[in-house]
Amino acid sequence: MNDRSASASSRRLHFDWLNSLWPWLCAASVALSLLMLGALLTLLVVRGLGHFWPANLEQVTLNSGETFAGQTVREVALPQQEGDERLYFTGNQDIDGARWRWVAIEEIAERSHPVDLIRLERTPWGDFIGRLAAIEQADQRWEGEAAWRHLTTLLALPINQRPDSQLLLSTANGQTLRLPLTNVLSAQAPNAMAWWQKTHAWGEGVWRFLSEGPRAANTGGGVWPAIFGTVLMVILMSVMVTPFGVLAAIYLNEIAHQGRLTRFVRIGVRNLAGVPSIVYGVFGLGVFVYGIGGSIDEWFFSDTLPSPTFGTGGLLWASLTLALLTLPVVIVATEEGLARIPEAQREGAVALGATRLEMLTRIVLPMAAPAMLTGVILAIARAAGEVAPLMLVGVAKLAPQMPVDGEFPYLHLERKFMHLGYHLFDTAFHGEDVQAAIPLVYATALLLVLIVLVLNLTAIFLRHYLRRQRGSEC
Amino acid sequence: MLAPLHSTNTSQAPVTHFADDRCCLSIDRFSLAYAGKTALRDLTLSVPRHRVTAFIGPSGCGKSTLLRAINRLHDLNESVAHSGHIALEGHDIHDPQMNVTELRRRVGMVFQTPNPFPMSIYENVAFGLRLQQRLPKRKRDDIIEWALTSAALWDEVKDRLHRSAWQLSGGQQQRLVIARTLAVQPDVLLLDEPASALDPISTLKIEELIRNLKSQLTLVLVTHNMQQAARVSDYTAFLHQGELVEYGPTDQVFTNPRLQRTENYITGRVT
Repeated sequence: MNDRSASASSRRLHFDWLNSLWPWLCAASVALSLLMLGALLTLLVVRGLGHFWPANLEQVTLNSGETFAGQTVREVALPQQEGDERLYFTGNQDIDGARWRWVAIEEIAERSHPVDLIRLERTPWGDFIGRLAAIEQADQRWEGEAAWRHLTTLLALPINQRPDSQLLLSTANGQTLRLPLTNVLSAQAPNAMAWWQKTHAWGEGVWRFLSEGPRAANTGGGVWPAIFGTVLMVILMSVMVTPFGVLAAIYLNEIAHQGRLTRFVRIGVRNLAGVPSIVYGVFGLGVFVYGIGGSIDEWFFSDTLPSPTFGTGGLLWASLTLALLTLPVVIVATEEGLARIPEAQREGAVALGATRLEMLTRIVLPMAAPAMLTGVILAIARAAGEVAPLMLVGVAKLAPQMPVDGEFPYLHLERKFMHLGYHLFDTAFHGEDVQAAIPLVYATALLLVLIVLVLNLTAIFLRHYLRRQRGSEC
Repeated sequence: MLAPLHSTNTSQAPVTHFADDRCCLSIDRFSLAYAGKTALRDLTLSVPRHRVTAFIGPSGCGKSTLLRAINRLHDLNESVAHSGHIALEGHDIHDPQMNVTELRRRVGMVFQTPNPFPMSIYENVAFGLRLQQRLPKRKRDDIIEWALTSAALWDEVKDRLHRSAWQLSGGQQQRLVIARTLAVQPDVLLLDEPASALDPISTLKIEELIRNLKSQLTLVLVTHNMQQAARVSDYTAFLHQGELVEYGPTDQVFTNPRLQRTENYITGRVT
C-alpha cells in the first residue's frame, strides 16, 4: 500500500517540470504569433508607405568616369564575388532604354546629392531624373531657379488651364531633351526639400495612390477604381446575403422542428463554409454567368448577340457568387446569437400575451442584432479579401468603365469591375516592370488589410454601441 | 359555458370545493405528459378568487408544470400532450374559441429568475400595454405609475424610469416583472418560486406584495419554502409525483394534515 502511493508520487514528481513549464509554452506561442503579425504589418507599412516618401536623388560617378543620377533602392551581395551591388532607380527609359541600374559598389568613385536634381513624373515613358535647364512658353524663356519656380506654379494649375510650354531637360551625363508640359504629371526636387515639405509630398503621394486610376499597365498610378469596385461589390453582396442569411437562421432556430433533418441541414450549412472559394467561382460561372446570364441575353439583349451583355462575368454575378460564399457565415453567426437568448426572455414575452411574431420582432431579434451584425461583418471581411472566385465571374485587370456613372441606369450591374485583391495579384505577377511593381504590391496589400481592419472595427464599435444601448443607457 | 366539477372524485385526496361565484380557476381531471412521460395525473382542484393558493411539493412533483399549464405556456413545446380541463372563470382555456394571447394577458406569470427585457424600466412595464392597444402617452404613463406603485417599486425607480432594467437589483427586477404583469390588468397572477433567487429582505418584500395584491386579483404561488407557503397563502395544495395529495386551507394543511405523507413532507421527514 505504502509502496504504491510512493511510486505514484514519484511518477508525479517526474513530471513536475511540466507543471512549471506549460504556462511558458502557452505564452511563447502567443508571443510568436504576435511577433509574426507584427512583422507582417511592419513589412507592409515600411515597404508600402515608404514608397511614397520622396527619397533623395543621388548623382553617382563611376570609376569609368560615367555619371548618372538615381534613387537608391536596395543593396544585395554580388553573386560569387566579394562586395555588394546596389540597385538604382534611374528613370529616363526613353534615353537609357531601362529604368533600373545595378552597380557594384566597388565601381562607384563618387556620390553626391546636388540640390538641382529633379524627378518628373510623366507619361509616356515614366519618370525622368535629371535637371531642368529652361522652360519655353511662346517667346518667353525661364532659366535655372526661375524655371523651377515657374514649373511649380504651372503644375499647380488644373491640367486644362496649363499653357502650351516646352521643358528643356538635361540628364546627369549631359544628354538633353525637350518635353511638352502636357506630358508632365508632377515634379519634385527632393534634395532641396525640408523634412516637412517631404512629409507633405508623401501625404500627396499617398492621396494620389488612393484617388487616381492605374497607369502603365498597373505598374504606376493609383488604385481608386479597385477600391471602388471592391467596396461596391461588397455592399451589393451584403444587401443580398443579409436578409437570406437572417431569415434562414430564424427558420432553423425558431421555427423548424428540432429533429434529425434540421440537424442535418445545420451540419450541411457549417460544412458549406469550408468549401474552397474557387468552387463557388466555378458554380457562379456555370449557373449565373452562362446559365442565367445567357438566358437573359437571349430574352432581352438578343440584338447585341453574339457579344454578351449579362452572359459574361460582371458585378452582379460576382456579388451573387460571393453572397453564396458568405451565406453560411451569416447563418451560423445569427443562429448562435439566437440560441444564446435565454428561454426566460421568450417565455416572459409570451406570458404577457405576445404572439410568436411579436416575441420575435420585439425581444428576440433586437437581442440577436449584435450577433447578426457580427455575421454580416465577418461575411464582408471574407468577401473583401476573396480573389479566386472573382477571376471566374467578373473581375477585370483594367476595367474601361466604372460600374457607376452618370449614364442611365447609373449602376451598371453587367459591367466588369476592378478589385483590390485581383489588382494585387495582377500587379505582382503580370506586370512588365517587376521592380516598379514591388512597392505597389506592398501598398495595395496594406490597403486591403486596412479596409478589412476598418470593417471589423466598425463592427466592434457598432456591436458595443448596441450592447450599451441595451445594457446601461436606454 | 361552465366546466362541471366532479365532486364524486375517487381520489383519496379530499377536494376543497368552491361555489361557482367564489371559484376562479377550476382544474378538472387534468393530466399532462412530456414526450410520453406523465408529469401530471388526473388533477382536480379549484382555486378561489382573491386568495393566495400555494402549490407545494418536492422537486419534480409537477407543481411548476401545473402552473405553466394554466396559461398554456406548454403550447410552445410540441411534445406536450394533455387531457382533462382547466377553466378560467368557467371558460375552458383549451377551447378553440379561446384566444391564447388574451388568456395569457388575463393570466400573468412571474418566473423563478427575474427576466426583465433588455430595455428601460418604463419600456418593460409598457411592453404588455403596447401589445394590447395604442394608448395616449398620458394614459399609459398613469397605468405605468399605477403598476409600479402596486408592485411597491415606484418610489425606488421613479427618478430613473428610462434607465436599463438590467441595472436594478435582483429583488427590484422581480418586482419590476410583477409590475410589468400587473400593467395589463390580469385576473390571475401565477408566481413560480418568485423569491427563490432573492435575498431574505427582497423575499420579505415580495411576500408582503403578494399579500397586498390579493385584494386585486387571484394569486397562485409555487414554492419550495414551507414557511413562505405558511406565511402568505390562504390555501395549500400538496403535490407528489404528479398527483394531488392534499388540498385545503393553509392552517389546516400545516397544523393538522389529513394524511401522513403530507405531514412527513411538511415536517421534513423523507417521504
